[in-house]
Amino acid sequence: MKHNLDKLSAIFNRYPQNRESLIAVLQDIQKEYHYLPEEALQATAKTLDVPLSKVFSVATFYNAFSHYPRGEKIIRICVGTTCHIRGAHLVQEQLENRLNIKAGSTTKDLKYTLETVNCVGACSQAPVVIVNNKYYGHVKVSDAKKLLRSK
Amino acid sequence: MHLDNPQQLIDWHDKIIAKQKKIKKKILVCCGPGCLANGAQDIIDKFKTVLKEKKISGFTVEALKETGCHGFCEQGPLVVMEPKGLYYTKVKVKDVEDIIEQSIKNDKIIDRLLYNDPQTDKKIERYQDIKFYSHQKKVVLNNLGNINQCNIEDYIANDGYQALSKVITSMSPQKVIDTITKSGLRGRGGAGFPTGRKWATCRKVESDTHYVICNGDEGDPGAFMDRALMEGDPFSVLEGMTIAAFAVGAKQGYIYVREEYPLAVVNLQKAIEIANEKGLLGDNILGTDFSFNIKISRGAGAFVCGESSALMKSVAGEVGEPRAKYVRSVVKGLYDRPTVLNNVETFANVPIIIRKGASWYQKIGTPKNSGTKAFSLVGKVRNTGLIEVAMGTTLREIIYDIGGGIIDDRPFKAVQTGGPSGGCLPASKLDLPVDFDSLNEAGSMMGSGGMIVMDDLTCMVDVAKYFLGFLVNESCGKCVPCREGLYQLHALTVKVSEGKAEEADLEKMEKLSEMVIIGSLCGLGKSGPNPLLSTIKYFRDEYMAHIRDKRCPAGVCRALITYKITDACTGCMACIAPCPTNAITGKKNEMHVIDQELCTKCGACFAVCRYDAILVS
Repeated sequence: MKHNLDKLSAIFNRYPQNRESLIAVLQDIQKEYHYLPEEALQATAKTLDVPLSKVFSVATFYNAFSHYPRGEKIIRICVGTTCHIRGAHLVQEQLENRLNIKAGSTTKDLKYTLETVNCVGACSQAPVVIVNNKYYGHVKVSDAKKLLRSK
Repeated sequence: MHLDNPQQLIDWHDKIIAKQKKIKKKILVCCGPGCLANGAQDIIDKFKTVLKEKKISGFTVEALKETGCHGFCEQGPLVVMEPKGLYYTKVKVKDVEDIIEQSIKNDKIIDRLLYNDPQTDKKIERYQDIKFYSHQKKVVLNNLGNINQCNIEDYIANDGYQALSKVITSMSPQKVIDTITKSGLRGRGGAGFPTGRKWATCRKVESDTHYVICNGDEGDPGAFMDRALMEGDPFSVLEGMTIAAFAVGAKQGYIYVREEYPLAVVNLQKAIEIANEKGLLGDNILGTDFSFNIKISRGAGAFVCGESSALMKSVAGEVGEPRAKYVRSVVKGLYDRPTVLNNVETFANVPIIIRKGASWYQKIGTPKNSGTKAFSLVGKVRNTGLIEVAMGTTLREIIYDIGGGIIDDRPFKAVQTGGPSGGCLPASKLDLPVDFDSLNEAGSMMGSGGMIVMDDLTCMVDVAKYFLGFLVNESCGKCVPCREGLYQLHALTVKVSEGKAEEADLEKMEKLSEMVIIGSLCGLGKSGPNPLLSTIKYFRDEYMAHIRDKRCPAGVCRALITYKITDACTGCMACIAPCPTNAITGKKNEMHVIDQELCTKCGACFAVCRYDAILVS
């Protein structure tokens, strides 16, 4: 996949160009492109003067980074303890069945990405599902369809 | 205005107080994690538009406060009206006009928005009279429901920055450390290490640079106290860190915030900018030669980065792998320099201790565990929310008096504290005082303060399996005992949950746990088996039911349960469409049947049935 990498220099300019900025830069790239394009990793290595192997090791260590393009609609199921005991895994299964993908992957048409997240700190609303940064609380198994349709 | 000396801070404080005295009525809208997820932002916006349209004498938008978490998340979104403490629950956007028209303009109470006490079935007007609040002791969370989140004037009006001013003008670094030591403050991140001792050690190490880091990683699932503090009262964290920096001689600080908390980053960033502008952070604080800067470092979704040495690696932009701590990070931490790392709640306690004195603080709580502790009380408890109690309060008081007991009056089964490093305590431990030492002794731990209540519908094997699965994913992989040991322990719990385990497997699990604990480098591995060991210890019967009788008493473990439709079924057909495998058949007004061959036990039918006609056995 080819990307417009013009936005990278703006991202690099936000931070001092050194090793300490690596994670912050990767986070901003991820925010911009919804994943880490290979070319962006190469550019990061060059600009911050960090070996590409190190950039790759950091990029694969942290859960926040994705290495494949993600869907238009990103559905994140909170699977923290409270959500778990209130049935988050059942909600997850419903969404997986409907989209025919497992959590952690994206539909082929790049419409949906399904992910789990360890805890978003909204435990009082458990189980919680976040669709493109909008929170849905007290989600029921029967809400799967509604969540997929939501904006 | 930039404050160039401590006197200017005092003058500014007096000016703010005079200005705020003119505001007779205030509307406080809770913007804590729970209320925000429930639409509090829309309520704020509505208040603003309505207040703009309707001019109300003596009431302006300034009297509308977007506060941090007020606590009672279960009842959110919350709107509180001061000075009376009038308390509205489950407020919706459409209620806003009514609130302004009736309660602000005409001082009338809107009955339908009041909290209804389930025990007495009576409406309660003021939050102070609700049991959820009246049994708490708010010290560190005191500002949260009361002040505008990122408003420094509100913070100063509530005695903010008085402690820093006192420290800079009249205390030596050693005196600050002595005060913190005397107060008995212990690290609120979980392990409970004496804060004063940590600072004293750091100060003694000779180095060109010292660092202060605030751990806002709060990785324990089910905990959101630190999120609430960072979002709702960011200045208290900054002030605490600045005092720590003064005490240990640091010039640079970091706040490490987990990436799942984007709003915390925004609010802290805003607070840092404001504090810098005012001369309360940055170079020459309050005109003295003391300088301290704070940078925010965002985490990237790795639980292990809550561990001190891994966190410091992550701050430096590296992979967050812990190191062996023959030399502690307080001596050789970030960039090999002496570093004080404390958790958010610990720092937020510091200004209060300096302001009110060590003896005052010591009187709260118990002798070896002074002060209070914030908890997120969640799970199958009726009143979920953010609470703060004096150390030594019993689990029973927390769960029954504050928490209002178990949802649907089901039996209490266990309470989980300490996240994946903690354990599950049974009903026989309900009278245990909650403090660092008692929880450790009972096989759990304080952790950062997540308290997850479980009822009889929670399977303890499933809970152990859940935590082990979590840790398998989060282990950094450096130590074999942790990486492989937890993996095997998880596989064994899966075996139990599928009814395929033998009695000997329990012993195997206990033995392997021991090895993981001995052989792992950091806290993740060392305490990883805790949820398993505590559930085996207190709920052995339940494990035996899975192993011997091939039965899951809580009706959770899928391989051991069946869903059946009973004659309570009215034939409403609601369960037919949600079934992903089309296992349910039946005609309108006739009892439905589940084809056991096709059923995947996903629970979809159980969740939609309104007649309790689906039996899990």
